[in-house]
Amino acid sequence: MTARVGVVTFPGSLDDGDAARAVRIAGAEAVRLWHGDPDLHGVDAVVLPGGFSYGDYLRCGAIARFAPVMETIVQAARGGLPVLGICNGFQILCEAHLLPGALTRNQHLHFRNRDQVLRIESTGTAWTNTFQPGQEVLIPVKNGEGCYVADPATLDRLEGEGRVVARYVGGNPNGSQRDIAAITNEAGNVVGIMPHPEHAVEALTGPSLDGLGFFTSVLKHLVGAPA
Amino acid sequence: MPRVVVDVMLKPEILDPQGQAVANALPRLGVSDVASVRIGRRIEIEFTGEPDLDRAREIADKLLANPVIEDFTVRVVTADETAGAQS
Repeated sequence: MTARVGVVTFPGSLDDGDAARAVRIAGAEAVRLWHGDPDLHGVDAVVLPGGFSYGDYLRCGAIARFAPVMETIVQAARGGLPVLGICNGFQILCEAHLLPGALTRNQHLHFRNRDQVLRIESTGTAWTNTFQPGQEVLIPVKNGEGCYVADPATLDRLEGEGRVVARYVGGNPNGSQRDIAAITNEAGNVVGIMPHPEHAVEALTGPSLDGLGFFTSVLKHLVGAPA
Repeated sequence: MPRVVVDVMLKPEILDPQGQAVANALPRLGVSDVASVRIGRRIEIEFTGEPDLDRAREIADKLLANPVIEDFTVRVVTADETAGAQS
């Protein structure tokens, strides 16, 4: 049976098409989910894509968090549903309190768009289990509000529990504390990442194929997960 | 009509790059005696009935501010103190 991975479209989402394409290239069926529809249509995992949901009004992700589909996703994520939030999706996961901390304006105030080396620090999550610990990957980063902040106790807990999933290598593009590019929740099913793995799945359009690993990981996770 | 004003500010320990950029521009105006600038957000809420501070606090805590990085205050103001008032 082919795994079904939902990709949510909010008003202002940009990368939902690329995320769905990455899901298909990884070998799963992409199911488009709509922000106003609380029904997850039986998907096995969910991707919250990048973009500017609700125009980034108030704070990035602050209004998307209250979308009908998010209420269902928050419940399901607490029950173990794998959820990957990319860029704006990461911001939404923090606003929804599925992940600790917050994403704030890049310290240098510039939008950053470049190919970025990351080091995968945790391979114990539903979205990174096909990587090697310490593996370096090349993935595009493009954000204006990607500076990860949390209080020191939270940062220490994330590090102590192995919940920093990826760090920036060779230059921090946004001032994120402790070079954090991706984190996970306690159970490892929810991952937020600021760079864009869905843009690195094909030689024609991406700097590498390294992003594919995030999507093949969730398929491997689903095969091993109890029904 | 009285309104509730919610002021949202970044917590003191959170870096405010916008405020810094403004502070760094001040010398160009010939202003040299400003130590720091912090930028926040002011929101005015008009209730259909009487202004309700507790309700405003709940709105601010759940939506208007992100308690991870921001602090907020709420207060009732009379019409002539609000931005929408005719001057």
